[in-house]
Amino acid sequence: MNETPSARAILSGQQPAFAISTRGLAKSFGTLRAVDGIDLDVPRGMIFAILGPNGAGKTTLMRMLATLTKPDAGTATVMGHDLVSAPQAVRGSIAMTGQFASLDEDLTGRENLVLISRLWGFRGGQAKARADELLAAFDLADAAGKQVKDYSGGMRRRLDIAASLIVTPGVLFLDEPTTGLDPKARQGVWRIIRALAATGVTVLLTTQYLDEADQLAARIVVIDHGRKIAEGTSRELKAATGSGFLHIALADPNQIDQAERLLAEKLDGTVQRGVEGGRLSVMAGSAQAASEALAALIEAGIEPADFSMGSPSLDEVFFALTGGPADQHANTDKPA
Amino acid sequence: MSETSPEALSQILRPVARPKEPSAFSNALVFGWRAVLKFKHVPEQLFDIVMTPIMFTLLFTFVFGGALAGSTGDYLQFFLPGILVQTVVFNAVYSGMGLSTDLSKGLFDRFRSLPIWSLAPFAGLMVGDILRHLIAGGIILAIGLILGYRPEAGIFGVVAAFALLIAIGFGMGWVFIVLGLLVRTPMTVMTFGFTFLFPLVFASNIMVDPGTMPGWLRAFVDVNPVSLMTTAMRGLMSGNSDATQIALALAAPVALTVLLAPVTLWLYRRR
Repeated sequence: MNETPSARAILSGQQPAFAISTRGLAKSFGTLRAVDGIDLDVPRGMIFAILGPNGAGKTTLMRMLATLTKPDAGTATVMGHDLVSAPQAVRGSIAMTGQFASLDEDLTGRENLVLISRLWGFRGGQAKARADELLAAFDLADAAGKQVKDYSGGMRRRLDIAASLIVTPGVLFLDEPTTGLDPKARQGVWRIIRALAATGVTVLLTTQYLDEADQLAARIVVIDHGRKIAEGTSRELKAATGSGFLHIALADPNQIDQAERLLAEKLDGTVQRGVEGGRLSVMAGSAQAASEALAALIEAGIEPADFSMGSPSLDEVFFALTGGPADQHANTDKPA
Repeated sequence: MSETSPEALSQILRPVARPKEPSAFSNALVFGWRAVLKFKHVPEQLFDIVMTPIMFTLLFTFVFGGALAGSTGDYLQFFLPGILVQTVVFNAVYSGMGLSTDLSKGLFDRFRSLPIWSLAPFAGLMVGDILRHLIAGGIILAIGLILGYRPEAGIFGVVAAFALLIAIGFGMGWVFIVLGLLVRTPMTVMTFGFTFLFPLVFASNIMVDPGTMPGWLRAFVDVNPVSLMTTAMRGLMSGNSDATQIALALAAPVALTVLLAPVTLWLYRRR
């Protein structure tokens, strides 16, 4: 995967260096600043993830880049075309699969694809051929003649992505591509996204799931309250968060204060109390540090009933980045 | 769900370039094709829009017709052009409902992110409306003919009347397209639509001669656009229309188009 575009391409001026480049992009709805000045540089041919809780501004940001919502302020180019002055040129080089299936439920799968093919300019026979090719590739050939309202969630999502690939886009926008899918359908969508990126399509996706960003994206931007709060590779973000979290349930919840003090001291971090009594989580730099902390607890006579090491959840990344849990952040001033 | 085959996938993901840019007209035709497909897949929509006028025609002709006009035959002769107006006016609500459904499902987001003529989806909506008006009007006329209705102006009168009918449906359509753009739920579009249309349709000369109505009501009925449309339809189908009648019938559809087409564009682009 090309993490950085070649210097030659930049210098020659043949191709814009970045598939997407934004400066101070902003959008308000009433008094809510949904996107509050975002700078973004997405290199070509990369899977780039926008990670954040509900209401963070992910969808608004993506809708602006796909020309569906006009920005209030800031500038942006997509595949070298200016978002505001040349929206039609932007539309010619992108495709978007929204959070809600952008398909005609009454039409069959094939008719949906033929419809979009014709809108792109394919004539009768070509449009049908392109639709059938895509149906076969996305394993929808058997369901081609069925109305989309009879499709499963996974089938809809695949058809929706297929509809975005009639003409190979420069940038493919995927808004929460796996939300609401079962694990197997989710894997299927991931496979498609990886295969696409391998052919050089730039993929910008939004997600609420850290593991999805982790699995797919070469680079991740974390946004909250419409602002960028972190950017980097998944490894960089995890390093900022701590490589793992130690979760402990105490046998005697009355010892929680003592345990919290000890863990904070041993692991040199902020200890989070769980919702249920007697549960603590703390960032642990390594498995060794975690086991030393556990040993110290036991030595002090504090018995853990249960403990586990896990990678940081989105909540924990947020805690590390903002000092507050993601939920609380998302709900303080979420739009109705 | 079975797996997407990797070979097929890599085959399909070879870059496919954009074909020659289609014309605005070609874009509009594609949406027209979509409207036709809707008739194929959702034939129930025709049932909805013709059942009410058929019931009205039968009920009014056989239950009230004799009392109102002396004989059921005479009443049908009076009533049929009016029921055609009622049919297209009520039909117009459906385009607003369809639009509202499309908007709530995210389908228009796909259309708006494509490099197409931005008004093409509306052109398609209009094609669907015109087809719907023609089919519903044709069915009502056929039933009328079976029951004994005879248009004195013959085939040319009927063709002219249907042309006027489409103009009426087109003009009224804008009201519900605007409503569809403003209101998120299709059911609300329908409720609003019928609340607005019922007084217009019933306080008109469609069902009865307004001669026996109180003066204040007659004053409204005489200027009600639905009455003006009905008068012109009767004139065209019976062969004694004049240009003034037709101009008056077209006044509301033309005014609505001039006023609401730009509003539609503005609302659509603003979203």
